[in-house]
Amino acid sequence: MSTRTVLTSGDIDRAITRIAHEIVESNHGTKNLILLGIPTRGVLLANRIGQVIQRHYPEFDAVAATGRLDITMYRDDLAKHPTRSVGETAIPAAGIENAVVVLIDDVLYSGRTIRAALDALNDLGRPSVVRLAVLVDRGHRELPIRADFVGKNLPTSRDERINVQLTENDGETSVVIES
Amino acid sequence: MTLKHLLSAGDLDRDTAIAILDIAEEMAGVNSRDIKKLPTLRGKTVVNLFFEDSTRTRISFELAEKRLSADVINFAAKGSSVSKGESLKDTAQTLEAMGTDAVVIRHSASGAAQVLAHSGWINGAIINAGDGTHEHPTQALLDAFTMRRRLHGAASHGKGLDGVKVVIVGDILHSRVARSNLLLLNTLGAEVHMVAPPTLFPVNTSNWNASFHYDFDTALTSVKPDAVMMLRVQGERMNASYFPTEREYSRMWGLNGDRLGLLGESTLIMHPGPMNRGLEISSVAADHKNSTVLEQVANGVSIRMAVLYHLLSGERNHQDD
Repeated sequence: MSTRTVLTSGDIDRAITRIAHEIVESNHGTKNLILLGIPTRGVLLANRIGQVIQRHYPEFDAVAATGRLDITMYRDDLAKHPTRSVGETAIPAAGIENAVVVLIDDVLYSGRTIRAALDALNDLGRPSVVRLAVLVDRGHRELPIRADFVGKNLPTSRDERINVQLTENDGETSVVIES
Repeated sequence: MTLKHLLSAGDLDRDTAIAILDIAEEMAGVNSRDIKKLPTLRGKTVVNLFFEDSTRTRISFELAEKRLSADVINFAAKGSSVSKGESLKDTAQTLEAMGTDAVVIRHSASGAAQVLAHSGWINGAIINAGDGTHEHPTQALLDAFTMRRRLHGAASHGKGLDGVKVVIVGDILHSRVARSNLLLLNTLGAEVHMVAPPTLFPVNTSNWNASFHYDFDTALTSVKPDAVMMLRVQGERMNASYFPTEREYSRMWGLNGDRLGLLGESTLIMHPGPMNRGLEISSVAADHKNSTVLEQVANGVSIRMAVLYHLLSGERNHQDD
């Protein structure tokens, strides 16, 4: 097994900063903006993106506008694996009704996680817009889903594994391909 | 550990029990939002097989199953072929032939769920919703969940009930709630005390990990419990005189206004329901701010959703067992 670092800590910081600005740009400001991270690493990315936005747009309250959306119970492959543990869902108190929701995940692959997240959102309210931000898009989509904000496009083969590591969770920050 | 059935609170090791409580925490979140529905068990069929009367357990299970999108069949022994003399075996095999993924069973015979799970009559998951005077594991889970939420609040995730002192009072002899609670509370690290008239303790309690008291007042003042769990006096199971009169029982072992004064500021008052107001619990205690009776009912739905999720959502191999 060989491993290759494709994004360093600095690359990831720059990608997050760019995504944060792109989110605000496409929304013409920070109004109604809600960031929802998909556990585990999507939540950490959402927090980082929220902090960057708040740094540049002080009217944006990152803590109040960032939440987490666990999609375990909406997965389409529950019956194919042993019982999965359920993560925590925390939606900002203002709710997502008529908000601009940005879903945030670390890796976009088959698109099935995002399909599940869209179903989960549907049960929580009706956002005016839903967008998707991912740190890495590795291709191999199985559903007609695409990301609006991408940190890096990484063409991969299906046999490879992409490991996103973030300091809060893994002690260091990097994106590694294992093959 | 993933369970195939939930027959006894003793089946749960600490990690599994806490995992179920944590899932229930998320389910409670679902139960408090506008659309109280998850697609998780779509296409699964669950039969509620109730040979004994029940209000809250049956409705609670039905609601939990529906909120997880399972197809629900309610079977009450009254009005079914059971009243024509059909046996548990034939009933079970009929359900199996129709293809059910889980059976929730309540039966007046202790061990009925065990028989159903290990007889080979039926392949689905079996959930014990009360068997005679034996066990009622989902009640124990919802009681633990209620205590954990009240004691730890938002920080309950991943926690047990270590060091929590619980006094269980009343008809221990006939109580499946007490048996299941004892096992689960031990697993979660709580300290269990039991209070009852000598006639309402089982004959042999030597392998029960609890302290036993006959006098309610001394128990309250010496233990200083975090929670007092009152049990229903189960008149329908009493085939002898276990205490002289209801008035005497109420005076000696009921939670009345005077005994409320012996409880701490935040001691929880629990009752699995249905309550005999004026017998084991007075109205002033039942409606007290520390009473968790209705919370227990609400939490029951979340816990049952968590149990159904735990047993049914994953991959199941119907060839084994």
